[in-house]
Amino acid sequence: MNNDKADRLLTLYRTMARIRAFENAAEEASRGCVAAFGSSVTGTASVRGPLHLSTGQEAVAAGVCACLDKSDYLTSTHRGHGHTLAKGADTTAMMGELFGRATGTNHGKGGSMHIADFSVGMLGANGVVAAGIPIAVGAAHSAKIRGSGQIVACFFGDGAINRGPFLEGLNWAKVYELPVLFVCEDNRYSATTATQTMTAGAGAAARAESLGIPAVSVDGNDVLAVHEAAVQLVAEIRAGFGPRLLHAVTYRVKGHVSVDPAAYRDPGEVEAALASDPLRLAATRLAALGIDVAAIDAEAKAEIDAAVAAALAAPYPPPEAAFTDIQDTGAGQWQ
Amino acid sequence: MAVMSYAQAACNALASAMRADPAVVALGEDIGRGGIFGQYAGLQQEFGPERVIDAPISEAAIMGAAVGMALTGMKPVVEMRVADFALCAIDEIVNQAAKNRYMFGGQGRVPLVARLPIGIWAASAAQHSQSFEAWFAHIPGLVVVAPATPADNHALLTAALACGDPVIYMEHKMLWGMTGEVDTTATAKLGKAEIVRPGHDVTLVSWSKQVHVALEAAQLAEAKGLSVEVIDLRTLWPWDRATVLGSAARTGRALVTHEAVQAAGFGAEIAATIAEELGIPVKRVGAPRIPVGYAPTLEAAAHVPAARILDALCKLKPC
Ligand SMILES: Cc1ncc(C[n+]2csc(CCOP(=O)(O)OP(=O)(O)O)c2C)c(N)n1
Ligand SMILES: [Mg+2]
Repeated sequence: MNNDKADRLLTLYRTMARIRAFENAAEEASRGCVAAFGSSVTGTASVRGPLHLSTGQEAVAAGVCACLDKSDYLTSTHRGHGHTLAKGADTTAMMGELFGRATGTNHGKGGSMHIADFSVGMLGANGVVAAGIPIAVGAAHSAKIRGSGQIVACFFGDGAINRGPFLEGLNWAKVYELPVLFVCEDNRYSATTATQTMTAGAGAAARAESLGIPAVSVDGNDVLAVHEAAVQLVAEIRAGFGPRLLHAVTYRVKGHVSVDPAAYRDPGEVEAALASDPLRLAATRLAALGIDVAAIDAEAKAEIDAAVAAALAAPYPPPEAAFTDIQDTGAGQWQ
Repeated sequence: MAVMSYAQAACNALASAMRADPAVVALGEDIGRGGIFGQYAGLQQEFGPERVIDAPISEAAIMGAAVGMALTGMKPVVEMRVADFALCAIDEIVNQAAKNRYMFGGQGRVPLVARLPIGIWAASAAQHSQSFEAWFAHIPGLVVVAPATPADNHALLTAALACGDPVIYMEHKMLWGMTGEVDTTATAKLGKAEIVRPGHDVTLVSWSKQVHVALEAAQLAEAKGLSVEVIDLRTLWPWDRATVLGSAARTGRALVTHEAVQAAGFGAEIAATIAEELGIPVKRVGAPRIPVGYAPTLEAAAHVPAARILDALCKLKPC
């Protein structure tokens, strides 16, 4: 591995380590706090409600977002912490949002499932599967009309490709040759369902190709592979060649939400997936170059610990905030 | 009688209907593993994957396919997980299921039951917490049902399955774990309300989880010397005008409370009807017209607590 590549791997590893530390802390702060999968809300945890973790999927967010400029846009899913962090959002504000605090990226209005940081082009996580796809297409169309040179990264899950907006969005992007990178983050599950059992044909890449959108499949746990593929696709998009799709195959090592024990799948499958953990893979490569990641891990943990402490100390939004940022015309006429 | 949760009661009712009638099938995401709230627990094991049909994340296709099944001899039960996601199938509900029978001159019927859970789901924010019952009550061709208890979830789901026209069946997300006595032989009639607490000063109408809040308010009112009659509407369309108007005529005052946004909510329809028919004072207490926020302070502002109902009761009759 040459020096450039080692540097790049180190940078990518740092992003992954920060996401992992963030997800671990969020999980810890959420225990027992969503009413589903046989659990009920206890109300005592700091992170309440459905918490979708991207643990084990960090390489996709890190590898793709490293190709984006701050001014580029990104749309995400319900599982959006990694994308948000990798796009450059401040982890203190992110954690504040998960804790529902006034200091959060969305001032406590959205929580984990709706995390967003427009200041870094992150146009929102989404509670509705596939809803981000047409929004990304619109942002790309806008960039094209405005001649801004911005591109859009559009993340969605393997389950999302069975919703109509996937077809409608990809078709639109191709018809208008829009600057958008579709990223199918394939963790092989859609909630409790093995996605493949509900998906006809060869999946996201084949569907994109059927519309004339070039697509590349990569090992989504190999951060260098994700990054190299994304560099190439982003270069083509920036050169004006229209939309591209990246299919990154990874694995959802946690349950669908933090309280889901995921008893519907074979423990052996999870164990096998853990063996190809993206951080472990990258750390092994770095170790071969004589680089120890312990210091990076410790730094990431310290950053996130501080974010948790700040979130805990921050106030909830005042009740009056429930009535702001709804609309201007007719504001206040809420009864 | 058996003690069941609200989720188990529905599961039990569906299982009985499936045993009795091979035309009844269920379709939706994750239902083969029992549904994420356990409301389909064990059904795929008993009836097989051909009758408890796992679906891709394709709400429009799920609802549209159910219309096609219903037109051709099946009785599909459609799971939308939360009412918010049914918005991805709104054409299939409003333009297709609801219009079919009339538009084609009565040639077809659409006997489907679409389950669209409503209500604020704790800490789940703006896209998983909406109560859309008024939208569907507004659409000719749809029946709208909202059970408040495990017993009613059994009896009303059974009635909905026998209805013959499309039913928008709205369970409440915070009631899944509620337990109660369920008589599995009890029947209910769609369009029939129930007086769940008798009283003589004010008539208080509600449905779904808000019935329990209304009962709490009635209790608080009693301590202030006010006797409140609480009606659980159970079915929003057709709504039980006879029971509501009969009670309101006796008490001379009426209040409607619901968890949904008050503006253009279904409470307006009931209050207006009472005022038109009886000319007595009416009031509504619903949610402010705000999205549901994530932070506890914001979520609280979207709730309609018993204290607000009590205030309104005391405005109708000083207490
Ligand atoms: C339109 C819609 N239908 C259903 C859901 C419920 N739901 C939330 S996440 C999810 C699974 C999504 O799977 P995938 O797209 O692969 O993303 P992953 O959760 O694996 O990241 C489902 C069914 C939803 N949020 N929106
Ligand atoms: Mg998935």
